[in-house]
Amino acid sequence: MAKEKCSLKKEFTKGLIKENPVLRLVLGTCPTLATSTSMVNAIGMGIAATIVLVCSNIVISALRKIIPDKVRIPAYVVIIASFVTLVQMLVKAFVPALDVALGVFLPLIVVNCIILGRAEAFANKNPVIASAVDGLGMGIGFTAALFCMATVREFLGNGSLFTDAQNLLSVFGDNVLGGFNGVTILNTPMTLFILPAGGFFVFGVLIAISNAISEKKKLPKAELHGCESCPLAATCSKVVSREEDKKI
Amino acid sequence: MRDVIIALVPALIASVAIFGPRSLLINAVSIISCMVFEYVTRKILKRKNTLSDLSAVVTGLLLAFNLPSTLPIWMVPIGAFVAIVVVKQFFGGIGQNFVNPALMGRIVLMVSFPGQMSTWVAPYNWNETVDAVTTATPLFELQNGATPTADLLDMLLGTRGGCLGETCTIALILGGAYLLARKVISPSIPLSFIGTVAVFMLIAGGFDLNYLAYNLMGGGLLIGAIFMATDYATCPLTSKGKIIYGIGCGLVACVIRQFGSYNEGVSFGIILMNLLVPHIDNLTKLKPFGFIKEKKQKEAKAE
Repeated sequence: MAKEKCSLKKEFTKGLIKENPVLRLVLGTCPTLATSTSMVNAIGMGIAATIVLVCSNIVISALRKIIPDKVRIPAYVVIIASFVTLVQMLVKAFVPALDVALGVFLPLIVVNCIILGRAEAFANKNPVIASAVDGLGMGIGFTAALFCMATVREFLGNGSLFTDAQNLLSVFGDNVLGGFNGVTILNTPMTLFILPAGGFFVFGVLIAISNAISEKKKLPKAELHGCESCPLAATCSKVVSREEDKKI
Repeated sequence: MRDVIIALVPALIASVAIFGPRSLLINAVSIISCMVFEYVTRKILKRKNTLSDLSAVVTGLLLAFNLPSTLPIWMVPIGAFVAIVVVKQFFGGIGQNFVNPALMGRIVLMVSFPGQMSTWVAPYNWNETVDAVTTATPLFELQNGATPTADLLDMLLGTRGGCLGETCTIALILGGAYLLARKVISPSIPLSFIGTVAVFMLIAGGFDLNYLAYNLMGGGLLIGAIFMATDYATCPLTSKGKIIYGIGCGLVACVIRQFGSYNEGVSFGIILMNLLVPHIDNLTKLKPFGFIKEKKQKEAKAE
């Protein structure tokens, strides 16, 4: 029992730093760059993706022995899409301002590769509880990375912190925290950081920092679930075993 | 690098004469911050110090030449940071930069602070208070269908609104001639660049020579073609490649000037072509003398 707990903890923490989906595995780059222009959007996006990730991981893991191998991707997409629809309806109902701010990127969680990637790499071969914990860890890691990026981008690019905080806080009623709606700090912000080019700058620098930290701590390199987990590995001509992969 | 600095001196003198002591201040801040960033990043990255190759001084000068004299001083080090740390040192220092550092610094400032980067002060107004007389650049006036306030002699002498180093045509040509005489640059890039702009503008302006002259002397065309596009690290190696590169720079610059929302596109043209340089190099690889293509070799064997 103790051993199980320990491994659950490992599944949870690996998503935070060692295998952080955005900074170490470089998954989910599109929503990362698109929604990290403001801190509120980043938190909203992170929470929505985390909910979908945990729920879909649980369901996929529970159905992993029933879903036939050949049609599993469509099956996963159906499962993920139904949760995304649910989340989208909830967001529309309770935080409509966030729905407007995130726009198309909310429904696009369906094709977020973190979610499909975790289903493929983890949930379809691990038990339900481990999958849920893995999803939670990855989701929080995703949110944290998004939040870091958004903090830098909003501060430098818009000169403010937590702009439109009421978009999110309105869930708890009107004028929570005394109607706090963000603070403006810089008067002449660098517009570049709101633009996609600035997003890439920040993204690159954050990846460099996370690489430097993990190198210093001597963390093992993120485990790439490469060819071996691929269903086409048996017939693929480009298959690379993990040992060869390491050499490359 | 010392030759480039010498070649830039006439333009520096002209910019101080036209825009006053503030021009000197921006130049000094730009050069010093470039050198400090270079020294500090090399120190932090534990690499050999390259301050003595003077490349940071050239970058600082070129960056300052691309800024308006009214720019708030604290913005200059931001440009220098992008140029030296992000573009040059992150990619491995001198010779490894993938685009021209000074131009990238300018573009980052341009995109970040569009208002401050396009406030131009009229020449010879440096005795008065800072926000004395603002003016428009000739290219801006042309794009909006107005007749430029500066006449062609002003364009030649540089007494017009514009960035610090780009206005004085004579000084830039003098510097370019010096570089050519010392064989620091080859004439193919500047000539193909300026030639493309000339042909394009001749057609676009309906064979109006006046329009052509304003377009050749206005904006940053000369400083771009002579000093920026010819940077060794970011221009093609072969002479055929250099001409393709020059034509590409000219085309992008003209298209932005004619159809874009910015009225000056030289910097974007050079940056875009900088990115294509590895491909141009690949496509124009030199063939060794007497080399037969593989296909032909096989055919010859079959016979």
